[in-house]
Amino acid sequence: MPRRPYQESPSQTAGPYVHIGCMPNLCGIGGIYPHDLGHRMCGPKARGTPITVTGRVIDGSGALLHDALVEAWQADAAGRYPGNPGSDPDVTGFGRAAADDDSGDWRFETIKPGAVPCGDGQVMAPHLTLWIVARGINLGLHTRMYFPEDTGFHAADPWLTRIEPHDRVSTLIAERTGDGVYQFDIHLQGALETVFFDV
Amino acid sequence: MNDGPFLPRDRSRHPPALAPAYKTSVARSPQRALLSMPQTPSELTGPVFGHGMLGAQDDDLIHNFAAPDQAALGPRIIVQGRVLDEAGRGVPGALIEVWQANAGGRYRHKKDGYLAPLDPNFGGCGRTISGADGAYRFLSIQPGPYPWPNGPNSWRPAHIHFSVFGHAFAQRLITQMYFEGDPLIPLCPIVNAVPTPQGIAALTARLDMGKTVPMDACAWRFDIVLRGRRSTPFENRPEGN
Repeated sequence: MPRRPYQESPSQTAGPYVHIGCMPNLCGIGGIYPHDLGHRMCGPKARGTPITVTGRVIDGSGALLHDALVEAWQADAAGRYPGNPGSDPDVTGFGRAAADDDSGDWRFETIKPGAVPCGDGQVMAPHLTLWIVARGINLGLHTRMYFPEDTGFHAADPWLTRIEPHDRVSTLIAERTGDGVYQFDIHLQGALETVFFDV
Repeated sequence: MNDGPFLPRDRSRHPPALAPAYKTSVARSPQRALLSMPQTPSELTGPVFGHGMLGAQDDDLIHNFAAPDQAALGPRIIVQGRVLDEAGRGVPGALIEVWQANAGGRYRHKKDGYLAPLDPNFGGCGRTISGADGAYRFLSIQPGPYPWPNGPNSWRPAHIHFSVFGHAFAQRLITQMYFEGDPLIPLCPIVNAVPTPQGIAALTARLDMGKTVPMDACAWRFDIVLRGRRSTPFENRPEGN
């Protein structure tokens, strides 16, 4: 283990009022920031296929979380992350969404990311990187959402192919519910518990 | 450049997902082992936020929601410190978002029904970006402690929530800052989910009389440490990163 003179600050739960800090306009605190951070993942000139991703976060009793905050990070349609040379200037790649008070749904409007090269000739299937915080979650949860139509990419994806037991891969594949519309439920516990990663 | 992979996260430093005394964690804690994966560009990159996004009062919670010529009620405080990595190097350009209750312990949120009144001049959120040496600073009022429905008589110590973006999604962190000397700190199950006294100390801001402004505001020092990268480039560094 390399020398580590400082240690990472311990995490604490985001609590029930995370939206005050992260999406104040959404919870009625207007006039401080012009927009909530991550309100827009891409602009109108973004290259690629527009998509909508919705989902819910579900606890071990089957109850929907209404206080969850989900962050998304993704590559552009060519598989380049924002900030890298040649990346699409109209793609921010970063989104923040809150679970709805009533339905529990969170939602991202974006473009479908491309496959991402990750060294050694390997290519990652198109995916969204997701991070989930809420009251009761002591350390933010990292997971990924993949697209159901990319089965060829999935078979060679360096993460999906390492997941054991392999049937848990299904927890990372969204359901296509319409033209360009995907549903991705995140289960915190139980038989359908989503695969979370230690990255 | 320190752009190699991140050191593995030392999870013994963090609260476990399941901390039964913090009751909400019981049904919200994953029960299967987290899967360890090699870091890829998806974790080694992250959104970049420039100083240009900041409004003039984003780092002043005393005034950023207040009516003209008015101010939030409560003891005026300066919170300042540095964002560091695990090697002790300052992290420049880190976005820090904060939120907190008002001086009476009440949040401006429709689900908070505590008896303490709202302060019409206090919104409760602010943000700033660390400078070249990782230093940051914001102004606020001292938040009040408040009750919460965990046990029959549970009170949160006064605290400020922090959300921090470093340079990569793998560094993403949300935590809370407490105030040195608060007698509610050792009674709080959320605090006590942190497994070590050193970890709790790291979340406890210290009164800093050197930075305190006479007749104006007490200063509190709170350093934040994010995950660090290996200091030498790794030969298998992913491409396109």
